[in-house]
Amino acid sequence: MTFGGIKALVDVSFDVLEHEIRAIIGPNGAGKSSLLNLINGVYAPLAGTISYLGQARTRMHPHEAARLGIARTFQSLALFKGMSVLDNIMTGRTLRMRSGLLAQALYLGPAVREEIENRKRVEAIIEFLEIQAYRRQPVGSLPYGLQKRVDLARALALEPRLLLLDEPMAGMNLEEKQDMCRFVLDVNEEFGTTLVLIEHDMGVVMDISDRVVVLDYGRKIGDGTPDQVRASQEVINAYLGIAH
Amino acid sequence: MKPAMQRLSIVRLRRQWPVVLLAALLAAGLLAPLASGAATAGFFLEVMLGGLMAGVLYSLVALGFVLIYKASGVFNYAQGAMVLFAALATARMAEHMPLALAVVAALLLMIGFAWLVERLVLRPLVNQSGATLLMATLGISIFLEGFGQAVWGNDIYRIDLGLPKDPMIVGVHLFEGGVLVSREDLVAASVAAALVLMLSLFFQKTATGRALRAVADDHLAAQSIGIPLNRIWVIVWAVAGFVALVAGLVWGSKLGVQFSLSQVALKALPVAILGGLTSIPGAIVGGLIIGVGEKFADVFLGQALAHWFNLEGGGIEQWFAYVLVLGFLLVRPEGLFGERHIDRV
Repeated sequence: MTFGGIKALVDVSFDVLEHEIRAIIGPNGAGKSSLLNLINGVYAPLAGTISYLGQARTRMHPHEAARLGIARTFQSLALFKGMSVLDNIMTGRTLRMRSGLLAQALYLGPAVREEIENRKRVEAIIEFLEIQAYRRQPVGSLPYGLQKRVDLARALALEPRLLLLDEPMAGMNLEEKQDMCRFVLDVNEEFGTTLVLIEHDMGVVMDISDRVVVLDYGRKIGDGTPDQVRASQEVINAYLGIAH
Repeated sequence: MKPAMQRLSIVRLRRQWPVVLLAALLAAGLLAPLASGAATAGFFLEVMLGGLMAGVLYSLVALGFVLIYKASGVFNYAQGAMVLFAALATARMAEHMPLALAVVAALLLMIGFAWLVERLVLRPLVNQSGATLLMATLGISIFLEGFGQAVWGNDIYRIDLGLPKDPMIVGVHLFEGGVLVSREDLVAASVAAALVLMLSLFFQKTATGRALRAVADDHLAAQSIGIPLNRIWVIVWAVAGFVALVAGLVWGSKLGVQFSLSQVALKALPVAILGGLTSIPGAIVGGLIIGVGEKFADVFLGQALAHWFNLEGGGIEQWFAYVLVLGFLLVRPEGLFGERHIDRV
């Protein structure tokens, strides 16, 4: 794909296996976020295909991706700031709501039951991410680390098969990072969710991911287990620079 | 209070002085007739009530405006035309069927209209600039007025809601002569208040309302969690159409359904801007301020101009709302309850 003539991603091809944690790393501007935006349909590729659950397509649309079970979090938070934590996470259940507008407006039985059912699921997620105390607070008033957690909660509310995390630990202190790592691993294990995450903290990446893709200037320069990637000369060059 | 905090609050006050000045000016203008003896307490209250009633109707139209602006960022110039169109449809259809049926038919018409707008205007123009969308709604507004006339004619039509026409006099023992209250206005104001309450409940308590708020907050994020934007737009325009219908009914029963209705309804524009464009309470408070302000200006400012400068002093009601909003914008560009934009550089 290109941005105004600048090629942001060229010939990048990689696979994600069911139930694995796949990391995407690379220096700033390598095209990591663009890659996520392609998978989730925010951007349309000029060429190439996206295959998901055995079905290849030339582009994805965001709400289609959501319907197919692809959820994501955002690097620069895209939460609904004026709304409470609870409401934010409940919006993640929109696709699961079947009752009609009129039924909701008139507070008919099925609509109310559906709301309660979904609320239960959301409460489970709130408990899982340990944000019970902030339920009613407007998201905009929470500290950054907690907002990141709400972002994750909203994505989990979709009950995704594939979860895309764009720098889930950026700007966090050590303790917050450890918490987030724990949550990511738990999501992977308990819910069986497949994860693709972008992360800058090498320690985190090497610890939690099964396989790693390395991008540099929109090209793939490495792909493999953390150990393989760490040993690759090309990756080392990209990160440390080469003496000319 | 710590010295640092004290300094902060003084700085804040100093920055706020234009707002304080404007508020003081308005308050002075409001109280002047009473203080100078130009009006008795009873008459003063009557004018005030009249202004509040008119204000509620402005609020109603402004509400439709704010809904659409919030959910889709579209500055809907056609809200006034929608009021006229809905009222015209009801008035003419009521000639052939019971009024209740005509109202339902008009509602269905407005929902169909919302669907068409989404299909034919919003969807093709997605991601275009605000100015383009504004021009599009200007086009919709002119089309609606013309289409309405072509189908239903351009005379003055009546909508008879069966509201009590005779005014009542209250508080005779409090003021000399009591206060004259129009029962029709009272009913209209209650209807508007009930509608506002219903809408805010809908927004706060239902799943669809939550999705609407989410879209208003962040389009991209809303899309990524599977909220269908197109459907949301249809709903918002349909709700705005419903609000327009209610405003059209009330106004039409008061003044008769005529072409000028869309011009009066356009006053909702300064009302919405005053309230802050994205705020539902803002639309309501803004409507009340402008309703009262313009009634006072019309009655008392006109009197004063005639008295002191020997001018005619008429027609103030036409322009006062716009001047008031201009004054507000000078001191508070984001409106009363609007979001203040602080951009990082």
